[in-house]
Amino acid sequence: MMLEPGIEEKTFYLNLGPQHPSTHGVLRILLEMDGEFIANSEPVIGYGHRAHEKMAELRTYQQYLPNLGRVDYLHALAYNHGYCLAVERLAGIEVPERAEFIRVITSELNRIASHLLWFGAYLLDLGAFTPFLYCFDDRENVVDILDRVTGSRLTYCYFRFGGVRDDIDDEFIAGCRAFITRLRSRWQDYDDLVTKNVIFINRTRDVGIITPEQALKYGVTGPCLRGSGIPYDIRRSEPYSVYPLFDFEIPIGERGDIMDRYVVRLCEMEQSLRIIEQALDKLPNGPIMAEKVPKRLKPAEGEVYAAVESGRGEFGTYIVSKGDTKPYRIKLRVPSFSNLSIISELIKDTLVADMVAILGSFDLVIPEVDR
Amino acid sequence: MVAYFREMFVGLWSLVAGMAVTIRYFVRPIVTVQYPRQKLTMTPKYRGHIELIMDPETNTHRCTACGMCVRTCPSSLITVEGVKVKKKKLPVKHVIDYSYCSLCGLCVEVCPTNALKFSNEYRLAGYQRQDMVIDLMARLDAERATVGLPPLPIPTPESEEETTSAEEKA
Repeated sequence: MMLEPGIEEKTFYLNLGPQHPSTHGVLRILLEMDGEFIANSEPVIGYGHRAHEKMAELRTYQQYLPNLGRVDYLHALAYNHGYCLAVERLAGIEVPERAEFIRVITSELNRIASHLLWFGAYLLDLGAFTPFLYCFDDRENVVDILDRVTGSRLTYCYFRFGGVRDDIDDEFIAGCRAFITRLRSRWQDYDDLVTKNVIFINRTRDVGIITPEQALKYGVTGPCLRGSGIPYDIRRSEPYSVYPLFDFEIPIGERGDIMDRYVVRLCEMEQSLRIIEQALDKLPNGPIMAEKVPKRLKPAEGEVYAAVESGRGEFGTYIVSKGDTKPYRIKLRVPSFSNLSIISELIKDTLVADMVAILGSFDLVIPEVDR
Repeated sequence: MVAYFREMFVGLWSLVAGMAVTIRYFVRPIVTVQYPRQKLTMTPKYRGHIELIMDPETNTHRCTACGMCVRTCPSSLITVEGVKVKKKKLPVKHVIDYSYCSLCGLCVEVCPTNALKFSNEYRLAGYQRQDMVIDLMARLDAERATVGLPPLPIPTPESEEETTSAEEKA
């Protein structure tokens, strides 16, 4: 169709996704473009909706366990932990200390794997292919260590109400210690390869700045919030499990740009290594499962909310029980969903290339947004 | 002016430093496994599909066809059929549809006689969906054949009425 002379189209629409190499999963962003600049944008979600919350109403408490590993497949153990924590609070189950230590060690290892995958995939978005291979080499080590004890490599279903499924052995501990030394020797390489790289700095410094007020307004959590300079970490602000026993820092950024979020994640990996090291030193002996956990769990009527710090932010489980073997309602508060909601405001009047850099820096897991 | 050239030099140097890392790793041994020629051994706790444990004493399974695994499975993919022989229940059919399995391990935990374990099988690929339906009794027979034993005899019920199906959905 020909345009009438004198009438000029000011803006046009561009669909980013749902199948696009830089959108991480099936996220579609409808962009209203003014030339190369983004005038307006709207994320369209729901392509990966699997009705996880509804599924919970049809299954017993135990039967819902494998679902949690699929909500966020990258930091599955934190999601295992969050759900088990909520049910244990609801049913009043005491977890033995050794089990709590194993939970902390495995979820921190999983956090490192999650951050390493983000690190590699994000640089892939920016057009750097080489760091991805080094990250996956390191990540392979974590996955192998976790495979030895959990039995799976990605969608873990390892935590049980009142403990963990299998005990860790000496080979696992030796593997962890070897991995800690190995990853620490790699920081220098990552610095040389990425952090000091002039192209990377120019693409991330002062791009996609989230102010602390914006972050609080949208409920952004995790490394994105800490990158803006707010030291909010569930492990410290609402301690769960045995985290109060360990000495670790909450890294924060200053400006809230992509670079700060990147640095926060790298520092967090180092802090996770510190936690694992201390946990391995202090690891007590004892049982790994609480005694007398009924096979048909029937918690009393009530409701409970439990939150854990996942690789992306606050993951909360809200359970309403009517005293049945099945939960009446489960609501999952996922960090990626809240983090995604800020994107429209953030990418307004930026270039498309910057938009890809900003979107990637959120570490979004789309199955978690849709769940 | 000086700042301009310094920035340029620092930028260039950062690219060289990054390249040095790549070159250093280039001369190191490769970390990947050349899959069809090299294979990794699975860890003992690796979770493949479930299978029946062959009891070393009796060289048979310990399954009593109670149906606990059928009831606890979140995806209802296990089918067990049993018959009563001399007041004891024995399975005639133990089939799983592996394509629905989420490998949670609840069936292994819930089994009262510890008859199930995870196999170490990971090379599973098929041309059709039916290839993922695994007959655990047939697998046990194959395992018996490796130690030179004949396939398990199919238990026959004492009367037709006693044939029970444990195919209850939870």
